[in-house]
This record gives sequence, structure tokens and C-alpha cells, in this order.
Amino acid sequence: MNKINLLKPNKENLNIFLFLGVFFFSIGIVDFCLNNFLDKNITFFLPGFISFFTPFIFGLIGLHFIRVEYSGIKILDELNKTINSNNFNAALSVFIILLIIFCIPPVLNWFIFDANFSGNTKEACSGDGACWVYIKVWFNRLMYGMYPNTEQWRINTTFIIVLAFIVISYFFSAKFKKYLIIYYTIFLPIFSFLLIYYLISGGEFGLKRIETSAWGGLSLTFIISFFSLIFCFPLGMLLALGRRSELPVLKYSSIIFIEFWRGVPLITVLFMSAVMFPMFLPEGTYVDKLIRVIVAIILFEAAYIAEVIRGGLQALSLGQYDAAKSLGMGYWRMYLFVILPQALKLVIPGIANTFLALVKDTPLIFVVGLLELAGMTNLAKTNPEWLGFSMEGYVFAGIIFWIICYSMSRYSFNLEVKYKTDK
Amino acid sequence: MQFRKIFPQFLTLLFIVLIFSYFTINAQENMDTRGIQFGFDFLNQEASFDIQFSLIEYDSLDSYGRAYFVGLLNTLLVAFIGIILSTILGLIIGVARLSPNYLIKKTALYYVEFFRNIPVLLQIFFWYFVALRALPLPQDAPLIFRSTFMTIKGLYTPAPIWNNFDVFITTLLISLVVIFFFNKFAKKKQEEEGKQYPKFFISLGIFFVLLSLSFLIGGVDLSWSFPVLKQLSLTTYTYLGGFEIPPELVALALALTIYTSTFIAENVRAGIQGIGKGQKEAATSIGLTPRQILKLVVMPQALRIIIPPTTNQYLNITKNSSLAAAIAYPDLVLVFAGTTLMQTGRSIEIIAITMSTYLTISLLISLFMNWYNKRIKIKEK
Repeated sequence: MNKINLLKPNKENLNIFLFLGVFFFSIGIVDFCLNNFLDKNITFFLPGFISFFTPFIFGLIGLHFIRVEYSGIKILDELNKTINSNNFNAALSVFIILLIIFCIPPVLNWFIFDANFSGNTKEACSGDGACWVYIKVWFNRLMYGMYPNTEQWRINTTFIIVLAFIVISYFFSAKFKKYLIIYYTIFLPIFSFLLIYYLISGGEFGLKRIETSAWGGLSLTFIISFFSLIFCFPLGMLLALGRRSELPVLKYSSIIFIEFWRGVPLITVLFMSAVMFPMFLPEGTYVDKLIRVIVAIILFEAAYIAEVIRGGLQALSLGQYDAAKSLGMGYWRMYLFVILPQALKLVIPGIANTFLALVKDTPLIFVVGLLELAGMTNLAKTNPEWLGFSMEGYVFAGIIFWIICYSMSRYSFNLEVKYKTDK
Repeated sequence: MQFRKIFPQFLTLLFIVLIFSYFTINAQENMDTRGIQFGFDFLNQEASFDIQFSLIEYDSLDSYGRAYFVGLLNTLLVAFIGIILSTILGLIIGVARLSPNYLIKKTALYYVEFFRNIPVLLQIFFWYFVALRALPLPQDAPLIFRSTFMTIKGLYTPAPIWNNFDVFITTLLISLVVIFFFNKFAKKKQEEEGKQYPKFFISLGIFFVLLSLSFLIGGVDLSWSFPVLKQLSLTTYTYLGGFEIPPELVALALALTIYTSTFIAENVRAGIQGIGKGQKEAATSIGLTPRQILKLVVMPQALRIIIPPTTNQYLNITKNSSLAAAIAYPDLVLVFAGTTLMQTGRSIEIIAITMSTYLTISLLISLFMNWYNKRIKIKEK
């Protein structure tokens, strides 16, 4: 393309080119804004097809004029290097800038400026923006499901206590640090289960019993994710060891188990836990729906975790095994103190991705009639009094899930950096 | 020593046998008390329910077995569309992540971070219940590309009407075979004599010449049937003719594509980044052109990194297509594990069939991708 440019900016005539470039670029932007927001077309005299593209063409010409090899002006050089290095890049840049200008105002208007925040009824929602009143009214349902409003302190207390017990573990003195694994895999699950059983489910100590079918919303997402995360990790570890074992029965049963769960969609597993599993139990036994779902998710995700950990085990050099054996370590001591700590460190991103997938899979429990955040949003929009606000509900649920998942992925990234002991 | 090897195995075996026999005995008893016989003869019974969208002829008089195939084909259709589109989109976004252009790089990054951290089910809900519901009614829909209507009831596109379709297909197959042998021949020539042919253009030429011959001589004829608005009653309109794509399929394909493309994009980025700078410099120093570097040095190595995790994403698309049940797209889970199970009550048989179907599909995809992965593996001599 360079051969076509008879006029090329250089250090002498830089100012005039700079002026022209900025001028054209601004015309492009102004034209675009007028077209989109004020419905005025200042290039109406051009044929329709070209008139539509004028902002783009003007912007491109503008960027072309200010493309200088070296100008000495810091900002300009930086711009030319990053977004304006050649015609193709400039075209893409203009396109993206126009796209941002096109998208931002309507989105902001919808979210904030035209939105309704005050009031408690549907009538408070006028105008074109979002109706956050809807979220306000349904907030308790989205967070706690059908759990009675007066009893919600029980869920809050449970969560705060469990969270406190997790946080405490960070402040263990070095003496207790080696018991952390036992703390996480045995004490914490049992303790939280008892807490949830007596406090959230209730039925004793004068607390009203609340069936699991009434649980729901974000708190259910947390309960399911918490138990699945805690249990699927040790199970996955055992499966990974089983798959690498030399004993044929252990090896092949692990392989079959892992490949089976990895080959079927979670939704069919949940179907199985809902309709097929009761057939396998003696007449009259009843296992709570929530427990069945959690077990199904644990088995499902454990297979994925197992594959991730196996990847880590395979990546370790054989020398590590030999060294551990030459020190006279047995199978379990070798794995616990030498192999697993190194292998797990290698697969932190993989484990984090599996955990993220688990959290993102929790909405699927709608197939057995349990409604967590996404399911509750779906239910709320069908309420005849509040029709037509599905957008707000999904956006709200999406933001919450996004915050949870994004912070988890950032946390895993930090862990990865922290435990990086590369040469 | 022997004992330490046998004992754990024996214990595992005992555990598995016990669990399975416990389940089988209970299932037997439960089925006896409910008077159900285990068996697959129900597949021949009349299904007596309708399916909204089907690739093969189906009505409510057909058997459950045929309903199963309708569901299976619908699942495969979504998976196929999703795999193709998300690969294309993922490739573009992944390359954009490495662009020297700051704006492109950041946009791609925000796209990835945004869409992969929201559950795919929520995205399906959003597209189906919010985005596609905002489309106009059939009577108000504008014409797009002079042929297509996007309405709240679905997407209406022109449908091809073929004459002598079998001749066309035969020609297509023949041209593919000819191209295959030509490429083999060209490769052999290059290895033996160092002679290079413009392989791509000659292949393209063979393809188009043969296909146009089939139109000119073979009597193949292609015309289009366009969708036409028709009033059913005072307020309801619909389109006749053309091809109707239900909104469920659009929403599902859209959500799966966008969600999975973020993962594929990350794989592509990791693959290209995984090629050392020295490789490109070495290639440049022996005088390869940028195109040759990409084709002969970077891509073969990058593909080795990209393919295994991308296989997993293809499997994920296939498995996630079962979320169709949430928006009532008639896929395998909804038609078979949903409606058929409700009507027949054969939970064990139906869940077993459904699961083994998915297992088979997963197995086939991973076999194919493993084969491909082996093919592109660098052969050490």
C-alpha cells in the first residue's frame, strides 16, 4: 500500500499531517455520533451505501495521516506502535473504536441512567431502562429460594461459621500446618454437614424443619459447590493413583469408572440420580434429593479431577520415584511426601478449571426440580405479576456467577504464581 | 509380598461385586412389585407424541425407536453446528489475543474473560428468553439479504430444491477422490524430483470443473424455494416454503458456540505461544517465506499442542448439547430420557440407552481426534 502514498508524513511536515489526521478522525467520530444518537446524517449527499461507511472511511484516513515512523512525540509513537502499525490494523482499530462508541451509551443508559431503583411495585418501573426494583423485590427468593423469610438468619449464620472455620485455617501455627489435610477432608465436611443438618434443615432444638425442596437460590449453589469441591478432590486423587497402579483390578476398574463418567453429560447423570437410582434401593428407603444430586456431581467431577491429576503424575520424571524408593519410602509415604506435592503443584490450573466447571454446572440441577440462582431467576420471570423483566433477572444472575467464577480463576492464578518453583 | 498385591485387588473386586449385586437384587424386587418386565420391546410401540423439529420424517404414529433417532439426529446436528462454528470463532479470537494491536488484543481478552465465566445454561436462557424474544412477529419481520426472515418464531431461509441430487453427490465424491489422488501424486513428485505444483489451485479447479460439469451434462438442477408470508387467522401469520430453523436451535447453537469458542481461543493462543521464537528465526534463516514458515514450521507444531485440549472441547459441546432440554429443543435427552421415559416408565432401560449413546458418541469423537493427532505428530526418524 505504501507505493500509493505520494504524500508521506515526515518530521518536517509533521504538524500539518497531524492536524489533518486528527481533523479527519474527529469528523469520522462526530459523523458517527450524529448518525447514531441524533439521527442526523451530515453526509446525506453521498449515495446511501457510501454514506453508511463515511465514519469508517474518515477514521481510516485520519489514522493513515498520523502514521509516522518516528515523530519524537511520545503519545503519538506509542499510538502508532500499538493500534496504527499498518492499514489493516488501523481498519480494525477504527472498527473497534466505533463499536465501543456504538455500544457504551445504550448499555449505560439501560443499566444506570434510565433504570429504576426506588419503589417496591411494578408500577415504579417506568421508562426504557432496567427495572432493578424487580431484583430488589425478588432478592430473597434469588438468594434463599423458597426458604421462609423469617428463618433466613439460619442460612446466614451457618455460612458465616463455616467461612470463619475456613479462614481460621490460614492462621494455624506451623505446628498444626501438617494436619491441614485432615482438617479439610475430614473435620470440615463433617462439621459443616452437622451444621447444615441441624441449623439449615432444622427439626430439633426448637427449630422449624424446612425440607430441602424449599432450599434454593444462591445459597443452594454454595452448599452444592462446597460439598462437591471438598469430596471430589480426594476421590479424584484416589482414582488417579488407581489408574496408575500396577495392580490390574485396581487399574481397570479406575479406567472404566473414569471413562464412563467422562463420556456422559451431567444432565443424564442427574436424570439417573432422579429416576433410575430409586429403583436400585430397597422398597421404602428414601435418600434426600439434594444428597443424591451432590453425590452424582461428586462422582462426575471426580473423574475429571482424576484425569487432571494423572496428567501431573505423568509429567514428573521417573527419577523422583526412584529417589523416593531408594530412601526406603513405601508406596503411601512416597506419594504423600514426594510425588503428590510436586504433581499437584503442576496441575493447579487444571484443577481450578475443573472446580470452575463444577460451579458453572450447578444450574443443571433444575432437571431434578432443585432451583439454584439460575433456576430461581427462570422461575421468577414466569410470575404473572412480574412478566417482562427476564432480562434484569438473567443479567443479575450472570453478574453474580461472573464475579464468583472470575475471582476463583484469579485466585488460582495467584496460587500458580505462588507455588511456582521453576529453575 | 504376594499378599500385599492380592489383598487390595480382592477388596476392590468384592466391593464392586457387592454393590452391583445389591443394586441388581433391589431393582429386580422393585420391578416385580411394580409389575414391570425388563426389556427393550417398548421401542417398537407407538410413540403417540409429536416432535417440533425433526430431520427425518416423523409423526406421532411412529415408534419410540424412531423418536429416539429423531432425538439423536437433533443432538448430532447441534453438536456439529457448534463444533464447526466454535472452531472458526475460537481460531479468530485466539489469533486476535496475540495481535500486536492493543485494541484487538484487549477486546479478545474481554470477550474470553466475559463469556467463559458465565454458566452456559444461563447463556442459553439469555439468548432464548431475552434476545430471541425481542425479534419481530412474522408479519413485521424485515427481509434480510433479500431472502431470509428473522422472527420470534424462528429463522426462515430459502431451501434448495434439487433435481438429480444423487448425480450431484456422486460427482462430489468423485471430485474428492480425484483431488485426494492428485495430492498424493504431487507429494510423491515433490519428494522424488523436487517438482512443486500449485496444489491448492489445481484442487480447487478440479472441484469446480467437475461440479459444473454435473450441472451442464449430468442434468443436475438447483432452484430455491423462498419463504412466503401466509395469514393463518386474523392475527396469526406464518411462513410457508423455505427452510425453518426453530429459535431453540438458534439459541442453543449460539450459546454453545460463544461459550466454547472462548476455551478454544485459549487453546489456540497457548499453542501458538508454545512455539519457541528460535523456531521461527531458524526457519527465516534458511530462507523460508512467512507463508511457508506458518505452514511448515509453526502450524504443525502448534497443532500438536492445540489438538488434545480442543478434542475435550468438542466432547464438551456434544455433552452440553443435552442442555437443550432446558429450552425444549427436542434433542436426545428431551425426547427420549424425558417424554419417552414419562410415557413408558422404563427408567433403567431408557437411561442406559441414553448414556451408552452419549458414551459411543464421545468415544467416536475421541477416536477420530486421536487418529488425527497421531497423523500430525512429528515422526522422528
